[in-house]
Amino acid sequence: MDLTTNYLGLKLRSPLVVGASPLSENIDNLKRMEDAGASAIVLHSLFEEQLRQERLELHRNLEQGTESYAEALSYFPEAGEYRLGPEEYLRHIGRAKKTLAVPVIASLNGSSAGGWTEYAKQIQQAGADALELNIYHIPTDPDQSGADLEENYLNILRSVRTEVKIPVAVKLSPFFTNFANVAKRFDAAGANGLVLFNRFYQPDIDLEDLEVKPNILLSTPMAMRLPLRWIAILYGRLQGSLAATSGIHRAGDVLKMLMAGADVTMLCSAVIRHGFPQIALIESDLVQWLEEHDYESVKQIKGSLSQKNCAEPTAFERAQYMKALSTYHL
Amino acid sequence: MKKTPVFKTIDGCEAAAYVAYRLNESMAIYPITPSSPIAEWCDQWASEGKKNLWHTTPAIIEMQSEGGAVGAVHGMLQTGSLATTFTASQGLLLMIPNMFKIAGELLPTVFHVTARTVATHALSIFGDHGDIMAARSTGWGMLGAASVQETMDFALISQAAALRTRLPFIHFFDGFRTSHEVSKIEMLDESVLRALIDDKLIAEFRSRGMTPDRPVLRGTAQNPDVFFQGREAANPVYSSCPGVVQKVMDEFAELTGRQYNLFEYFGAPDAETVVVLMGSGCEAVHETVEHLNRHGENIGVVKVRLYRPFDGRRFVEALPPFVRKVIVLDRTKEPGATGEPLYQDCVTAILEEVAAGSSNLKAIPTVLTGRYGLSSKEFTPAMVKAVFDNAKSALPKNHFTVGINDDVSHSSLPVDENFSTEPANVVRALFYGLGADGTVGANKNSIKIIGEETDNYAQGYFVYDSKKSGSMTVSHLRFGPKPIRSSYLITSANFVACHLPGFLDRYEMLRSLVPGGTFLLNTPHSQAEIWARLPSPVQVELLAKKAKFFVIDATKVARESGMGGRINTIMQVCFFALSGVLPKDEAVAAIKNSIKKTYGKKGEEVVKMNLQAVDNTLAHLHEVLVANNKLNGTGPLLPPISPDAPPFVRDILGKIASGFGDELPVSAFPTDGTFPTATTQFEKRNLALDIPVWDEKTCIQCLKCVAICPHATIRAKVYDAACLKDAPAAFKRTDSRVPEFKGLKFSLQVAAEDCTGCALCVDVCPAKNKSEAKLKAINMQPQAPLRAAEHDNWNFFLTLPEFDRRKIKNTALRQQQILQPLFEFSGACAGCGETPYVKMLSQLFGDRAVIANATGCSSIYGGNLPTTPYATNKCGRGPTWCNSLFEDNAEFGLGFRVSIDKQNELAKELLKKLSPELGDDFTMQILLADQSDEAGIYSQRERVATLKEKLKTLDSSDAQLLKSLADQLVKKSVWILGGDGWAYDIGYGGLDHVLASGRKVNVLVMDTEVYSNTGGQMSKATPRGAIAKFAAGGKPAGKKDLGLIAMSYGNIYVASVAMGAKDEHTLKAFIEAESFPGPSLIIAYSHCIAHGIALDTGIGARQQKLAVESGQWLLYRYDPRRAERGENPLQLDSSAAKYKVKDFMLTENRFKMLTKSKPDDAKKFFEQSQSDAERRWKFYQFLSARDTKPASVPSPTTAAAPSA
Repeated sequence: MDLTTNYLGLKLRSPLVVGASPLSENIDNLKRMEDAGASAIVLHSLFEEQLRQERLELHRNLEQGTESYAEALSYFPEAGEYRLGPEEYLRHIGRAKKTLAVPVIASLNGSSAGGWTEYAKQIQQAGADALELNIYHIPTDPDQSGADLEENYLNILRSVRTEVKIPVAVKLSPFFTNFANVAKRFDAAGANGLVLFNRFYQPDIDLEDLEVKPNILLSTPMAMRLPLRWIAILYGRLQGSLAATSGIHRAGDVLKMLMAGADVTMLCSAVIRHGFPQIALIESDLVQWLEEHDYESVKQIKGSLSQKNCAEPTAFERAQYMKALSTYHL
Repeated sequence: MKKTPVFKTIDGCEAAAYVAYRLNESMAIYPITPSSPIAEWCDQWASEGKKNLWHTTPAIIEMQSEGGAVGAVHGMLQTGSLATTFTASQGLLLMIPNMFKIAGELLPTVFHVTARTVATHALSIFGDHGDIMAARSTGWGMLGAASVQETMDFALISQAAALRTRLPFIHFFDGFRTSHEVSKIEMLDESVLRALIDDKLIAEFRSRGMTPDRPVLRGTAQNPDVFFQGREAANPVYSSCPGVVQKVMDEFAELTGRQYNLFEYFGAPDAETVVVLMGSGCEAVHETVEHLNRHGENIGVVKVRLYRPFDGRRFVEALPPFVRKVIVLDRTKEPGATGEPLYQDCVTAILEEVAAGSSNLKAIPTVLTGRYGLSSKEFTPAMVKAVFDNAKSALPKNHFTVGINDDVSHSSLPVDENFSTEPANVVRALFYGLGADGTVGANKNSIKIIGEETDNYAQGYFVYDSKKSGSMTVSHLRFGPKPIRSSYLITSANFVACHLPGFLDRYEMLRSLVPGGTFLLNTPHSQAEIWARLPSPVQVELLAKKAKFFVIDATKVARESGMGGRINTIMQVCFFALSGVLPKDEAVAAIKNSIKKTYGKKGEEVVKMNLQAVDNTLAHLHEVLVANNKLNGTGPLLPPISPDAPPFVRDILGKIASGFGDELPVSAFPTDGTFPTATTQFEKRNLALDIPVWDEKTCIQCLKCVAICPHATIRAKVYDAACLKDAPAAFKRTDSRVPEFKGLKFSLQVAAEDCTGCALCVDVCPAKNKSEAKLKAINMQPQAPLRAAEHDNWNFFLTLPEFDRRKIKNTALRQQQILQPLFEFSGACAGCGETPYVKMLSQLFGDRAVIANATGCSSIYGGNLPTTPYATNKCGRGPTWCNSLFEDNAEFGLGFRVSIDKQNELAKELLKKLSPELGDDFTMQILLADQSDEAGIYSQRERVATLKEKLKTLDSSDAQLLKSLADQLVKKSVWILGGDGWAYDIGYGGLDHVLASGRKVNVLVMDTEVYSNTGGQMSKATPRGAIAKFAAGGKPAGKKDLGLIAMSYGNIYVASVAMGAKDEHTLKAFIEAESFPGPSLIIAYSHCIAHGIALDTGIGARQQKLAVESGQWLLYRYDPRRAERGENPLQLDSSAAKYKVKDFMLTENRFKMLTKSKPDDAKKFFEQSQSDAERRWKFYQFLSARDTKPASVPSPTTAAAPSA
């Protein structure tokens, strides 16, 4: 079975890519992902904001209480140098490249124009095969218009695009007024691919402590419906690749995403929940299904049920939603 | 050929370290103020892999004490290593036994000593020659530097001389005055070091080293037949030594152009009056002699460089031939001697030389002597002039003192305070900053800029507060075209800056401003508003001096530049703009360059915000035209101490608190160092910008806030409603929610003027507002608008009666915390993790506690003048407290116990003897009294009171004796307090012995896992992977398990607690420990500023909880009484870890920093720490789960203990 696919211009042996997760912080895990059949690996995100926060914290902690009391003019030895930038992340890319044969896609989560471009360049120099820009932002300013926000996002992509030669994918949230338009503009601005969608970690309330706390929930297969729809709608309308992420847990989910038009599917919660062998299991189930249904390759199935190619294009639009409701009975 | 000189602006410690590091290959170190920075520099350079003169990185090892350090150095020297150490004061004293050995064995080394006061009636961290003089009989060479330049130069000269003579040398320079003075000096090029240090001599030294390849035996035991001769055998070494040192000095001069002499004369060639002294005071005398000779005097000074071996001939030769009066000044006191040491040496030398006929002197001069400068007491040109004036008088005082007003022995000389030698071309600036606001750092930076970017010479000296929270720093900066010799504080300044507006209300900082000088004030008030808001004395000074007055809202500029509360860069820009030392643009460029250099490695954000601050400053700097204003100020300065305080506190301690302690006469002080307790209550410091405010409706009355408050500024009382009759309207109250206190009222009150605003209380508060969850039962609100009302509320609260101790269930925190704390308002850091434990101790046992306190943070916040936090209850009872030393605290406390027990025993013996007169029933009641709880102690106190009454009617000597001992019949609680540096390291041997003694002492170790008081050096309590000074690469070894070692004895109560994690567990441990009839040890996890946590955000207790919940810190209690009952003595009180240790470690900078400097090592340490925690947990779980049978436990008391 020919499972090969093309993502961001990279030829991959299968559409099973491991998405960004804390699992990739460990080099041994990366090797195990590859051994289990991952065709490419997106590394965990480098959070520019976090680095900046850490630098300020370090400064504050080193200065706290100093030059105040004669016996203790400082509380820490001064290190010759601090690695306060993305050095560790860059070293990790280097080690991953040495360890893996499959492509390594770095992931960058930034907040300032300077940070995006500078770190993107460094990531390229460190040897990453591609870069995924993870634009994660909750707009809460009521005075900021959607158009402004979208333009800001596009500017980030443009500035990174001019600085690096490696392929750049953009991971987006679905929360845009007209996502198709946004996708088209990112495509036009030079994105080599879109990753749909970014799952926002939603806050939760702790009833005992009466505190709002981040509560990370792993995705369930339900989560795949949203990217499925938009991949199906976008398939064939963009120059760049489409990657599906969220809720892909079984071979069936992969097949559906491929049929909708995804070039690759990104596995994350499934691997965290079931371990690395889940990748191999999905692959074998995928192959089995394709064989049982007389498919020859992934290319053949790709986009076969996209909005463009399916029998009922409106099924992906609002009308279908209305119909679904009307047929729902208690 | 001499290379182009390189000038740098550094302090004395760095100057000494610069040479010591390059000329040694092994070092054994131990922290002690003020020498610690020398070791810290060396450790830092070693961790960076910096090489010495022989291209190798020196090996550095931290020891458990100075005694350990010198022992290790002795071993290093005996085996042929160039080795050294650095110390001061008590540290040098601990080295003395070994120093005799090192000299006796002719082992060349140089110890660099920051000369510091030796503790006598009090401890002092400051400078004098008490330690040097105590070591003068060890047989070491002693070379004294008087300035930062000389410190660098003499570090080399002494090392070269040591190698040539084979004698060990102490190279000393004055603690703080020289060790911490920042000065522009010419750096020694390594070629100079190379030229003076002869590798051949090093080879010879190594060839004498112990090796089995050439076996020798040293350290023999000798008998009366030969010891004496052997002792005399090395005489030629000593007699030739001065000549060798002079030769080295001459060679040094050839290489550097700086000529030194063993005894250096400066002054008129035909001077008739000459002062002799050594150390930094030489500089002030030099400056004064130069000045006075210019004004027609005929005087001179002999600076003693080589104090040992004292070359009498060269000394006398250094005196001008017509000298008639020699005044020898000693910076030490040797009570009972015929004179201080330098004086005695000089007198002997003069008499011997004259008698031998070898003197150049025309007549035997009169030799006078005096003491000056003890504990860094100022030594100014005015005092120097007083010394010369005294010599001129017809009946000069001898054995005088100068610099104090001795109205007891009348030894002091009158000083004309108006006399000044400050040259007009030296700019003098004073900066009053809030500790840790960056003022000192910015000023050090300014000195560097001036010293290194201009041709000016520059000097900086910094005076710090004795309090750790909300302290004031005063920076003294001088710069001018010539080297600056002014080794004294600035008293007439061209420029004065006040960086914290609140200081202006409390300190007379304009007293020192010269007429026409400049005053810069950071204030939130505008140019137009500020004048009327100034205290009246400030207006008077500004008008009288026709001062130039500038204001800036630096706090606002800092905030807008992203700097938070740090105004340092902003005030620095103002200083440069106003002082004109550099053209404005050049100054700004230099500051910006310096910012990039200083902060570059900490990331671009830090650099950017500082640069932003520079750019934002000048537009906000405004001049207030003084002449346009009239007197309309806010009134007098605030009194430092409440006017209601007792006279001693108000007049004596108040003077110290206001910064004028120097003006107090000798008669103001006790002769034996005894001070009253309960004095912090009179010093209202008003430090907090925000204070906690109680919401009585939300409060669940758990009193966790009261327990954790480090400064005892949140208090709770339960009382009868009738007590509220005169309550201020704003005084909050509610019904008590404790079932046992049903029907009574409850109030939580904050001492608004004593609170430091640390917010620990808010962070631990578990109660949340039902409608607005961000609010708790206490919430921080700005102090200023609340101050007046809360002042009245607090005073009313104090009038409410204390609850009857007998009715409080002490094991329940919500009841126990209404006990009156007898430890309050200390000078500890805001948010301190140690003081809540001391406070809890004081609540439970304070009215009968005798405390021995090891030197360290707890002795500083516990016993530093002016005011002290140990307090008394309404009966006048409270903890009695004493600090002996760092190393002896356990033994000191054991001494208390033995003494108290003996007196108790004697009292009981007398009671029995007097039983017929006193009544048998009555005496039996006293003898058999059960004092195991508050009720029992209360009853016993009543009996003792009755006993004293009865004794008044008896005349016998036994009765009189019993009267003096009667109070010992009430149970006393002996507590031995200290930090981990004491318990795990320097005091461990003694602690072990004391615990093993079986005597009833309670030991509280406040474990901050680092030497906090001296600035965060590694101790054996430091956990693996933590960065600390002397462990810049992370501590590789795991933490010592002190509790486990103590448990191994089987008859010691041991508890490991963390109040922030489980407060009632801590409470239980204190009560059990104190009730245990043998020794007890409580190891209390204490979060600390040295952990690199945001202490000012109140997260300390949270960190404790994380430490426990990650398994990094265990909670347990080991009670031998349980074993007696057949139960397992160990109770493991913490649950299995909820998190990984790394989750905790990454929240503290002491661990996290390593991920930024050595990430691979950090990863390794995190993994090892996890294994440590898991292993520890399993082991303790095993121990606590063991099936124990009734065991015969060693008796908790020894035969030496009293039987009763």
